[in-house]
Amino acid sequence: MALLEITNLSVDFGMPTLPLRAVEGLSLTVDAGEVLAIVGESGSGKSVAMLALMGLLPWTATVSAERLAFNGIDLIGMSARQRRKIIGKDIAMIFQEPTSSLNPCFTVGFQIDETLKTHLDLGRSERRDRSVALLEAVGIPDAERRLGAFPHQLSGGMNQRVMIAMALSCRPKLIIADEPTTALDVTIQAQILDLLVELQRETGLGLILITHDMGVVAETAERVAVFYAGQKVEEQAVAALFADPHHPYTAALLAALPERAEGRKLPSIPGVVPGPFDRPSGCLFSPRCRFATARCVEKVPPRQGAIAGYALCHYPLAHGRPVGHPGPVGEVAA
Amino acid sequence: MTHSPGGNTVLAVDDLRQVYEVPRGFFAKPLLLKAVDGVSFTLDAGRTLAVVGESGCGKSTLARMVSMIEPPTSGALRIEGVDIVSGGKAARQALRSHVQIVFQNPYGSLNPRQKIGTILEEPLVINRPDMRKAARRQAAIDMLARVGLRAEHYHRYPHMFSGGQRQRIAIARALMLNPAILVLDEPVSALDLSVQAQVLNILVDLQNEFGLAYLFISHGLSVVRHMADDVMVMYLGRAVEHGARDAIFANPRHPYTRALLSATPVADPARRKERIALEGELPSPINPPRGCAFHPRCPLAFDRCRVERPELEEKGGVKVACFAVDAAGRVAPPVAAVA
Repeated sequence: MALLEITNLSVDFGMPTLPLRAVEGLSLTVDAGEVLAIVGESGSGKSVAMLALMGLLPWTATVSAERLAFNGIDLIGMSARQRRKIIGKDIAMIFQEPTSSLNPCFTVGFQIDETLKTHLDLGRSERRDRSVALLEAVGIPDAERRLGAFPHQLSGGMNQRVMIAMALSCRPKLIIADEPTTALDVTIQAQILDLLVELQRETGLGLILITHDMGVVAETAERVAVFYAGQKVEEQAVAALFADPHHPYTAALLAALPERAEGRKLPSIPGVVPGPFDRPSGCLFSPRCRFATARCVEKVPPRQGAIAGYALCHYPLAHGRPVGHPGPVGEVAA
Repeated sequence: MTHSPGGNTVLAVDDLRQVYEVPRGFFAKPLLLKAVDGVSFTLDAGRTLAVVGESGCGKSTLARMVSMIEPPTSGALRIEGVDIVSGGKAARQALRSHVQIVFQNPYGSLNPRQKIGTILEEPLVINRPDMRKAARRQAAIDMLARVGLRAEHYHRYPHMFSGGQRQRIAIARALMLNPAILVLDEPVSALDLSVQAQVLNILVDLQNEFGLAYLFISHGLSVVRHMADDVMVMYLGRAVEHGARDAIFANPRHPYTRALLSATPVADPARRKERIALEGELPSPINPPRGCAFHPRCPLAFDRCRVERPELEEKGGVKVACFAVDAAGRVAPPVAAVA
C-alpha cells in the first residue's frame, strides 16, 4: 500500500460561473522511503495540489477528489478536527520562505515546542530535551542557546533548518518540501538539500520535493512528476526522465536548460503558460508545442501507459521522435 | 585574462570601493560596512563579464556604482575613457546614457501607471530633448520589435504582460539611448525556465547586433556559463578569482569557486558527484574575518590565511586571491599546514 494515494484531485478557485482550475485530474502516489520531485513552472498547480492535501487552502477553493488517502486513511470525509491530528504530525510541510513562515513574535524554541505540545504527550522538560535534540539533528550549533533566538536573529539557512526541525518534530511519515531552497544561496542550498536527503534516508520517510530547479531534481529525486498548467503531464524515474523525456513539454524544458545547450542560442519554448481566459480546449500545451496537430488542438489527449512515462499526449516522444505522429515534424507546428 | 584582439575597452574599473556607514547611535562612531572593497576589471565592447557570488558579496553594489546610481567611495571608474569621479557633473550626465541597467524583478522595475510607450520614451524625453514626438514613437516601436514584442503593445500597461515579456520591456527601455554598456542585475532569476531561455536568446542577439558590453550579475552558475566570456567570483566585497569562463569552469582554483561550482546542482542524474561541503555561512561584512575573508569556511586554510590577506594575482592564466594556489595555478597548500 502506498503511503499517499491521490486519485483525480481537482482544485477550483473562484465563482461557479467563472471557474479557475488550478489543479486538474491529478493522480499521484508516494511510497514510504521515496523521494518524489514535483517540477513545474509558476502557476502549474504544484503548490496548490499539496496545499489541498494539507487542507491549507482558503475557503474560496473547491477541492474534489476520488480518493485522497494517507496511510490507508481517507482524508476527504474527515472533519477538520480529525484532519489536524494527522496534518503537522504524520504529514509535515516545509515552505519556501523560512523567514516569513516562522512567527516573528515568538522564539524558535517556543514554535518547536508548540508542535510537540499539540501532537505528543510529553512533559515540559521532555519537550525541551527533544527540541534541543531536533536542532542538533538539523545541524544547528549551540542548540540549547538557539532555542531562545527569534527568527530575525537567525540567517535564512538557519531558519530553514528550524523549519525542518519543526517538520521532523513528531516523526512524520511524509514531508512535503515546497521549494525549500529557492530563497537560499547556492552553498547553503547544498547544505539544506544534503540534510533533507540524509534525514529522509535515516528515518525512511516519504519526501515530496516541489521545485522548479532541474538541477535540484537531478541530484535529489528518485521519481519525478512534471506539472504543466494544473495537469501532471509526465511521471518517470529521474534517470529515465532526463535521458528520454516522453512529453514534448518535458523535452522542451530540458532543452531550454543552459547547461544542456549547444552553442549560444537556447532552444526556447515560444509563448507563455495559458491563463484562465485563454485555456485551450484540447491539449493545454498544444499552442506552444512544436509537434502539435489539429487533433491536439481539438481533442483532450489520453493518458499514456507506464512505458511512455504516463505522458498526457497524443504523440508521446520516444527518443525525441513523436510516436504515431502523422506529418513531418516541424512543418505542422503552429 | 583574455582580451579580444583590438578590443575596445568601454569600461575600466580600478580599485573601486564602496563603504557604507552604519549608524550605531548618537555618540557612538558609526560602523563601516565595506560592501565593495577594492575591485578592478576592464570590459571590452561586445564582451560579457559575469560577476558571481552569494548574497552580500557586493555584486549588486558594484552594479549600482557602474550604472552611476551611487558614487563610489574611492577608486576610479572610467566609461569609454572618461573618469566619472574626476570628470565633473556635465561629463557624468553625458555618460549616463552610455550605461543602462536592467533589474532583477520586472514586476517592480516598471511603473504600473505608465503605458509601455511612455516607459520606453521617457529616457528619450529626458536625454534627447530636441527629438520630435513622432520620431520618439517610432524609436519605441522599433525597439519593441527588436525584443520580440509587437507594435500594438505600445498602448498597453505592464500588468497586461507576463514576467518574461516585462523583462523584455525593461531591456528595451535600457536600450533606448543606444548604450555601450548594459548592466544586467540578475536579469533572469525571477523568470521561469522556459521564459528564461527566451530572454537569454534576446540578450545574445542584441549583443551581436549592437556590440554591447554586458556586466552580467548573477548567482546562477549555469546561466553564467552560458552567457559569459569572463567570470569574476566575489566573496565579501572582494574578487577571489577572475579569468576567462572556460578556464574558471574547467579548472577552478580558488577554494570558494570550487565549493560554489560543486554546490550548484547539475541537471544530469548520471553525474551525482561529491560536493565540497562548506561549513558555516557568509560572515557579516561589517566585521569580516581577519586575513583572508574566506578562511573560516575554507578547507585549505592554514596559518598564513588567518593573518594575511591574499591579493588577486595572476596564477596560471587566471587571477586568484589565495595563498594555497601556487604561481603556476596549482592548488598546493603547504603540506604541514593542512589540518
